[in-house]
Amino acid sequence: MIEVDVGLKLGAFDLEVAFGNGGGVIALFGQSGSGKSLTLSLIAGLMRPDRGRITLDGKVLVDVERGVFVPMHRRRIGLVFQDSNLFPHLSVKQNLLFGRWFAPRREREIDFDKVIETLGIGKLFARRPVGLSGGEKQRVAIGRALLSCPKLLLFDEPLAALDMQRKLEILPLIEQVRDEFRVPIVYVSHAIEEVVRLATTIVVIDAGRVRAVGSPGEVFGQVAAHAAEERFDRASVLTMRVSGANAAYGLTELKHSSGTVWLAGPAGPIGGVTRIIVKATDVTLSTRPPHDLSIRSVLSGTIEGIEKEGPLAMVAIALDGEGRLFATATRHALDELGLDCGVHVFALIKTSALDERQMVSSPRS
Amino acid sequence: MFDLSPAEWTAIFLSLRIAVVAMIISLPFGIFTAYALARWRFPGKTLINGLVHLPLVLPPVVTGFILLILLGRKGVFGPYLADIGIVLSFRWTGAAVACAVMGFPLMVRAMRLSFESIDRRLELAAGTLGASRIWTFSLVSLPLAIPGIVVGAILAFAKALGEFGATITFVSNIPGETQTISAAIYTYTQAPGGDESAMRLTVVAIVISLVALIASEIIQRQAEKRLASFE
Repeated sequence: MIEVDVGLKLGAFDLEVAFGNGGGVIALFGQSGSGKSLTLSLIAGLMRPDRGRITLDGKVLVDVERGVFVPMHRRRIGLVFQDSNLFPHLSVKQNLLFGRWFAPRREREIDFDKVIETLGIGKLFARRPVGLSGGEKQRVAIGRALLSCPKLLLFDEPLAALDMQRKLEILPLIEQVRDEFRVPIVYVSHAIEEVVRLATTIVVIDAGRVRAVGSPGEVFGQVAAHAAEERFDRASVLTMRVSGANAAYGLTELKHSSGTVWLAGPAGPIGGVTRIIVKATDVTLSTRPPHDLSIRSVLSGTIEGIEKEGPLAMVAIALDGEGRLFATATRHALDELGLDCGVHVFALIKTSALDERQMVSSPRS
Repeated sequence: MFDLSPAEWTAIFLSLRIAVVAMIISLPFGIFTAYALARWRFPGKTLINGLVHLPLVLPPVVTGFILLILLGRKGVFGPYLADIGIVLSFRWTGAAVACAVMGFPLMVRAMRLSFESIDRRLELAAGTLGASRIWTFSLVSLPLAIPGIVVGAILAFAKALGEFGATITFVSNIPGETQTISAAIYTYTQAPGGDESAMRLTVVAIVISLVALIASEIIQRQAEKRLASFE
């Protein structure tokens, strides 16, 4: 359980953030330069805030007013960096055991073999970091942080330096770490897919301030605008049922009360329930059911709100049955098509915009 | 012509002994100074940096004379050192001190570069994994700086072998006590018929220096290969 309420001025940049949670995964979400990584540095103890407090499980880590500052090596907080930062002069096994050696013997609760098995890094023990691929390095880095038996695990954009294939490989591992080792996590990222998939609570940070806090559905479903550049990050989270598959074409059919969505790639057993993330910029609107278009995923609903911003607009659609979907369009298009609140529309989603990353594997209540 | 006389052998062994001792005594100070200059921020850092580099730019004779003033038998600290049994002037130990001082800037430069090239985040990673500053230094910074430390040590050794001005000013040129290869060559060139001895010692000096430089090159290259992951 982490409680953060701190302020820090760095040149022209001014950070003022406060948030906390009762366990699970907190995602700090925002553009680069928003202050989310800086917040992480303050939690880890790499930097000192100008004011405020940070507590972990009731223990004060920082209290500027009372002059408390626990140095990083006594915080028992694991940190996974963007570019792994493995020790180049040590073998993989020595890297993995580095933090464990410093953990008090009684508190080495996390099982070594289980971590190695979960991350699939047993075969790498004798190797040195130099020869590892980006994905392997990041697995070892996660293992190293986890094996130090931290009270809190921090991830600083752990997938940002990896290519798509590696991302799809590491993301489920982080999910497994979350589910199997029960260490609270603070996860920093600017990728919607990652934070929606992993987080219990999302803290949206922009220009050094907390703009929104809530569950993925709440945060990305808010009609109230955040900063202008952020609104195109807006996405909808839809719960759908896996209703069929087209093996020949490698597609999965997902049913929703308002229509059908085709997903590129597998999506779990037929009959199962899954959640998908649809970015507002991937949705096109039509007043009639589409003809002669390559689009295969169509949902229908009624416009319930429009926010205008310069030449563009964000449209909120109450889907038939349940759920809400966001779509971006130009104001010009809205006027020409006569789109306004109360109008029934068809929302077209490009299947190629949806892949495994858009899926939340096991919806958590 | 390559029959070295006993006097020449004495000069060679004395030189090696002085150089090795000079290198060893300056090693801990060099590592500490290099790390402090590379990683710490403290008031007077520029001044310390200047003092460390002073022997590099001062005429060696001046450095030798300063040592004489400070550490000589009648110098500022000399009598106190003598009280605890350390006499430096006109002894080979004094020659080692002079060589250590002259080689110190070279040693610190190489080591400092090596510490500075270590990715700061590796040290931070060690910190978040529970390593205190001292553990981080011993388990991460120091091993990663080994190439630079070895190079710095060898440079200091080579410098000590060739040192002449500061040594001869501080501890004079006493055969068997403070007469190093350089001092011996100087003596031979001043005496009639000493050219052949001077030539032999010159060849020896070249060989020792070359071996030291090649060794440092090889060690550095191997270490770089081993650590090649800073990209």
